Amino acid sequence: MVLPTNLKHVATAKELTELINSKENVMVCAGRMGPMCLPVYDIMKSLEESGKYDHVEFRDMLFDSPESGIIRSLPECRGFMGLPFTVYYKNGKVAKATSSIQNMDMVTTILDAEFSK
Amino acid sequence: MENKNYDVIVIGGGPAGLTSGIYLARAKANALILDSGMIGGQTILTHEIANYPGIESISGFMLANTMKKQAESFGCAIKSNVKVEKLALDESLKSVRLSSGETFTAKAIILASGGRSRMLGVKGEKQFKGMGISYCATCDGDFFTDREIIVVGGGNSALEEAVSLTKYASKVTIVHQFDHFQAFQHAIDEAKANPKIDFIMESKITEFFGDGALQEVEIESIPSGTKTKRKIDGVFIFIGYEAQTEFLVNTSVELNKWNEIVVNSAMETNVEGVYAAGDSLAKKYRQITTAVSDGTIAALSALEYINKK
Repeated sequence: MVLPTNLKHVATAKELTELINSKENVMVCAGRMGPMCLPVYDIMKSLEESGKYDHVEFRDMLFDSPESGIIRSLPECRGFMGLPFTVYYKNGKVAKATSSIQNMDMVTTILDAEFSK
Repeated sequence: MENKNYDVIVIGGGPAGLTSGIYLARAKANALILDSGMIGGQTILTHEIANYPGIESISGFMLANTMKKQAESFGCAIKSNVKVEKLALDESLKSVRLSSGETFTAKAIILASGGRSRMLGVKGEKQFKGMGISYCATCDGDFFTDREIIVVGGGNSALEEAVSLTKYASKVTIVHQFDHFQAFQHAIDEAKANPKIDFIMESKITEFFGDGALQEVEIESIPSGTKTKRKIDGVFIFIGYEAQTEFLVNTSVELNKWNEIVVNSAMETNVEGVYAAGDSLAKKYRQITTAVSDGTIAALSALEYINKK
């Protein structure tokens, strides 16, 4: 099961593991089709299309899928109580994780700090 | 090469801005909509809209998406997730510079930047957003199953969301700054009749505390000034909306004391060739239908203006 967004999706924990182990910089947003999540997907799509972040893989994941337990159970997401859960992986490890809605400045600040070219 | 010169630039892509875009582009004006976030504005925050005439029920996301497609189908250009850095509105040819460095010019501007949820603005609020503090009951309510929460506010949103949160929370305490509510009577009655809800009136939260996640709040009684701490698992904040007009502070556009844009019945601001529409206006009612009306009037006024030039 995947979200009906125009981003590329991650459907399973295995897929996500393979992705973060094969790509240096990965941003994954686990959410629903709700008002706090949609703006974050939209920002990710804008960044993907801008071409400025070609070194980053942007993906979404359905929060309510059992497969997204790989994100929900991360120690970095402990205490998170707001959708979406957004995780930034660098070389297979969690570099940063955020809870709840984020704006463009917040996202690009993290991308520039954690995934510098 | 991308066009940088437009007849009209609309700042804001909510229902007001999109309606302006539809009317402008359909009248063959060269129009551009710019938005700092996702196209749709606050409409996308609404799960179900049941009072938009002609449509029995639709999600805010779908309604906004349809408006966007409609504007684009008539030839309106749209840019989302862009930040306006500088406006030059006083000359006959107006210009808008984005933080990316791009600059666009137009004969007329429509300001439709809308509103956003108001924050309490107290210590710890930003730190605990998503870690116990939420602004969306339908999004985050299930994280608080069998937990004690506070809802801040006294309007319709606060009382209705407090009732809906009782599906999850073991106890909901409404904290409100006045001794009475501003909500409709049926919403007040429903909240008061709910055994899981209690009330702390004439009080406000002054600080949030926690270690990683929210654990405690400080509540001040407004009449006495007495402050008490209270253990809590979550706080939902519904204290209304404010106009998004910070980008107008260094312009000559007239704002009222709440930083809302002042217009006449033709949606003209005090600056020639600059119009405004939607929730950022100084006005009484803020609905999708009123935003659509404002956007229509602003577009027709702007068309009349550019056609006279």
